[in-house]
Amino acid sequence: MPGLIFKRFLSAIPTLLVLVTAAFFLMRAVPGGPFAGERNLPPQVEQNLLAAYHLDESLGRQYLRYLVNLCKGDLGPSFQYPDYDVAELIAAGLPYSLQLGGLAFLLALALGIPAGVVAARRANTWVDASIMGVSLVGISVPNFVVAPLLVLVFAIYLDWLPAMAVEAGSGMGLRNMVLPVIALALPQIAYIARITRSSMLEVLSAGFITMARARGLSSRRVLWGHALRPALLPVVSYVGPAAAALLTGSVVVETIFGIPGIGRYFVQGAVNRDYTLVMGVVVFYGVLVIAFNLVVDIGYRLIDPRLRRA
Amino acid sequence: MESMTQQLKRHALLAVILAFGGLLLWRGVGHDASDSPVVSHDAEVLAEAVLRRGNGPEPESLNPQSSRTDPAFNLARDLFEGLLTHAPNGDLEPAVATSWDISDDGLVYTFHLRPEARWSNGDPVSAGDFVFSFRRLADPATPAFYAQNMTLLRNGAEIVAGEMTPDALGVEALDPATLRLYLVRPAPYLLDLLTHPSMYPVHEASLLAHDKDYGRPGNLVSNGAFVLDEWVVGAYIGARRNTHYWNNQANRIDRVIFYNTADDGAELKRYRAGELDFTYTIPLQQFRWIKENLAAELRIHPYLTTYYYGLNLRKPPFRDDPQLRQALAMAVDRELLTEKITGVGEVPAYGWVPPGTSNYTPQVVAWAGLDAQQRILRARELYASAGYGPDHPAEVEIRYNTAETHQRIAVAIASMWKEALGVKTTLVNEEFQVLIQHIRQGETQVFRSSWIGDYNDAFTFAQFFQSDFDLNLSGYSNPAYDSLLEQAGREVDLQQRRALLEQAERLMLADMPVIPLYFHVSRHLVKPWVKGWQDNIMNLQYSRHLSLQRD
Amino acid sequence: MSTTPVAVTHWRAALARLAENRAAMAAAVVLVLVCLAVLVGPWLVSATSQAVDWDQISTPPSLHNGHLLGTDANGRDLLARMLMGGRISLAVGLLATLVSVLIGVIYGATAGYLGGRVDQLMMRAVDVLYALPFLFLVILLTVYFGRHIMLIFLAIGAINWLDMSRIVRGQAMSLKRQEFVLAAQATGVSSAGILLRHILPNLTGIVVVYATLTVPQVILAESFLSFLGLGVQEPLTSWGSLISEGAREMENAPWMLVYPGLVLGLTLLCLNFLGDGLRDALDPMRDDRRDGT
Repeated sequence: MPGLIFKRFLSAIPTLLVLVTAAFFLMRAVPGGPFAGERNLPPQVEQNLLAAYHLDESLGRQYLRYLVNLCKGDLGPSFQYPDYDVAELIAAGLPYSLQLGGLAFLLALALGIPAGVVAARRANTWVDASIMGVSLVGISVPNFVVAPLLVLVFAIYLDWLPAMAVEAGSGMGLRNMVLPVIALALPQIAYIARITRSSMLEVLSAGFITMARARGLSSRRVLWGHALRPALLPVVSYVGPAAAALLTGSVVVETIFGIPGIGRYFVQGAVNRDYTLVMGVVVFYGVLVIAFNLVVDIGYRLIDPRLRRA
Repeated sequence: MESMTQQLKRHALLAVILAFGGLLLWRGVGHDASDSPVVSHDAEVLAEAVLRRGNGPEPESLNPQSSRTDPAFNLARDLFEGLLTHAPNGDLEPAVATSWDISDDGLVYTFHLRPEARWSNGDPVSAGDFVFSFRRLADPATPAFYAQNMTLLRNGAEIVAGEMTPDALGVEALDPATLRLYLVRPAPYLLDLLTHPSMYPVHEASLLAHDKDYGRPGNLVSNGAFVLDEWVVGAYIGARRNTHYWNNQANRIDRVIFYNTADDGAELKRYRAGELDFTYTIPLQQFRWIKENLAAELRIHPYLTTYYYGLNLRKPPFRDDPQLRQALAMAVDRELLTEKITGVGEVPAYGWVPPGTSNYTPQVVAWAGLDAQQRILRARELYASAGYGPDHPAEVEIRYNTAETHQRIAVAIASMWKEALGVKTTLVNEEFQVLIQHIRQGETQVFRSSWIGDYNDAFTFAQFFQSDFDLNLSGYSNPAYDSLLEQAGREVDLQQRRALLEQAERLMLADMPVIPLYFHVSRHLVKPWVKGWQDNIMNLQYSRHLSLQRD
Repeated sequence: MSTTPVAVTHWRAALARLAENRAAMAAAVVLVLVCLAVLVGPWLVSATSQAVDWDQISTPPSLHNGHLLGTDANGRDLLARMLMGGRISLAVGLLATLVSVLIGVIYGATAGYLGGRVDQLMMRAVDVLYALPFLFLVILLTVYFGRHIMLIFLAIGAINWLDMSRIVRGQAMSLKRQEFVLAAQATGVSSAGILLRHILPNLTGIVVVYATLTVPQVILAESFLSFLGLGVQEPLTSWGSLISEGAREMENAPWMLVYPGLVLGLTLLCLNFLGDGLRDALDPMRDDRRDGT
């Protein structure tokens, strides 16, 4: 396993280089620029702005400049927020995104897997039907409906919880986190439950389970002791990228709850053509994806010992 | 073996539960409740008056020369103060300058500064601070979005173009209490322009010491009623009473929180949950609900923005075809549009310059007096004489950018054109930046846009149609119009100038290079305990004019 | 060793089993009805209901004014809009899912089965695609290739196959260590043959389930793109767009959210039943059991 980790670490460098290169030229091929806006800018002023950020140089030079700076750990200034460097913006948003995304992720695992297992165990009963029914709602109701609905019910009608994730003075407290975490976790719980159920059903019909049953082991023991581990394989495949996405936040949930995370930079940065900001979050997200997919591959080996020989 | 895996699993489960619980307990990100005041929902005991403003999207910068959008301007207006400021009703009022003299030719302004004006660290505000800040605004190295404002001063255009150094700018400190500006042309709107955040002074020593970090809590030394003390990017910005402010005793607010409310729907919910004292705007879609449920807290007032459909005059079908342009303009029922589609109290626009613009009588199109039926008949005549008809309908493409309001308006207008004239309209929704690019490259036919007055003067609207103006998006070019504007630019006499600008607008409207649709309104929800609120044409609310009175 | 008869009996048996599954058949019937409604419906509702009805802006459902499900903020008949939107949403849902399943399964199964360097290279490419700013890709496509509905399918399908490929790869890696695959390898069956005959059939369960999870994803992705002006243009619409418009008027005009939401929910529910039925029917294990081998 250390060998695997080391090899992946080495291969991460070319992967990130390809990512940075592809993202850089993709962004620049798209029309628009960071300084075009509703209040139009006089050309001379726009020229000065472009020059100040080296955006008037040739694309190749800008690319090299970016690469060199990136190697030095400098993600560059944000065009949209001139008071901040991209690294500062990401560092400021990260604690919020990580905390909410991490909680949502744990919640999704803690509820999704048992729900899926129980549904498979009681396949085609009312228990199964209700779990799957609820999870279908979780999948088909988008978060731009769930999040405002949660606020409406719990913050306005019932007045139990705050509508805002961060309040001046008290910051992001426990009560503030409840609604956003639920909004983030809901679809993930549903996904994980459905994948677990289907995979569990397949495993339960496999030969070795029948044999274990024949050996007289209790069905609970068979379920949690023998069947769960192989059944988790597709779940593990799914949660790697899902974790990376959860931890970097969701633009919809952040906007509705006013969460100062980094999720909104993916869309906002793209809409404002804040090239460096987009690049910063892309690189960060890329690192997370690579890391989580490595964790997933390690997870495979833990689940299925035969894979260790690979 | 069995039991070991069992045990492992139990441990793993326990670990997950513990981690989960731990995360739950590890609450709050970097916030020590003790060093911030407690924001209480209860009306009973308030240790200090905390005003919670919905402030729209994240302000890009708190450095007045780097800011470019309204949320940042709102903050700058509380944190800084220029030579002049606004009274609660939007009128001009002396601020750092107590009085000023204007030369007879209107080209030299001499300002006498308030001796008791102070920075938040106690330093006196001097004429030198303004010289430094104005030069900085013009300096291409800054670089400032509103550098254009400095082209009004001597050598300003050359400095912005990089042909002269900033110290050549026509601004001079005669002594610490006297500032003189040298203009390149008479500009009666200069006094109004001086209230613009880009014209605010910055504290030279702090700016030089902190550079781009100047706009951060702890670094930002400012001369307004408040001083920055907290900035949680993406969530809120906090400012506290500036005890050195010259008019501090009139300020009833101890602390202001500007909440980031990028989504108007979410903002409304927070307002209803009692987490905001007033909103940045209100969502159009919820307007009916608000009128039914929160009518007493609703504040609607016109402000200086014209929503229009631009016509590309560089290409057919609109090039050289004023009849078609007039016909399309007449076929839009603006009363219906503002009543049924936008519906917040927008004013139907039959002219270009919004009502309420100072020292100006807004002009209207010649056919404004006709009723809806007559207008459509007249539009059909023009449409026919432009060579179109049922067998040969005009085919028009409307481009608008992503937003539900724009979409609803485009759908409505396409429907009106179809009903009145039989025009075939294609709707194209483009991403904002792509739309801008297409407008600039002249690839659009009809495009949605709005023109926002930067200062309260008709010139900022008239300029849009000058043939050599950089942002003349329609491509309108009329020598007679240009010459009227040039005369107005030289004119010192206010009545004379006003007549020239009004004449120019009438001339332009006869050519119909754009289709004005309506004048915007500012819209807010304001809690009953917020006192001192006055609606104004500039849509400005200085926190120091407000107070909180819960009963 | 001709495979055709085996395959044919496999599919025939599967279809027969599907026909026995009552829930799946009921779901199929409802789906066919929904498809018919959105195909024929727009012609049946009167043409004027697509026009702006100035006197009926945002009116609740009513039998009297002819707007059975109410009107939208532009005074257009919601039922007519839903029927029109259904075409786009169903097409996106099915085609984009198909694209993503095809690419995802082939890519994932190949990487997982071949393993080693090829797998590493293919999976690193997936990592890059995960992190690439998708919005720019879509803007670029629409700017350079114009606005075509197929582009939306392509773009959405092109991004959604990544999850599928990772899941399939994980399963394929595990499957290739199983006895029956090792046995086939020993008898000299080619890699392609093993992939087709032994790996892919054993993937159907997870593929079908994930495909049914992909459908709502792509339908909602379309509405996001449309909101940014990158999807379908007015007066065309889609269920996703109607729902996102309705979400903003939740309290004002709940019918604008509820009806499009219900029809989308119903469709997804049926798809899930059908998917479960298909999965059960195609399950090779059951095939084995039934055949007594």
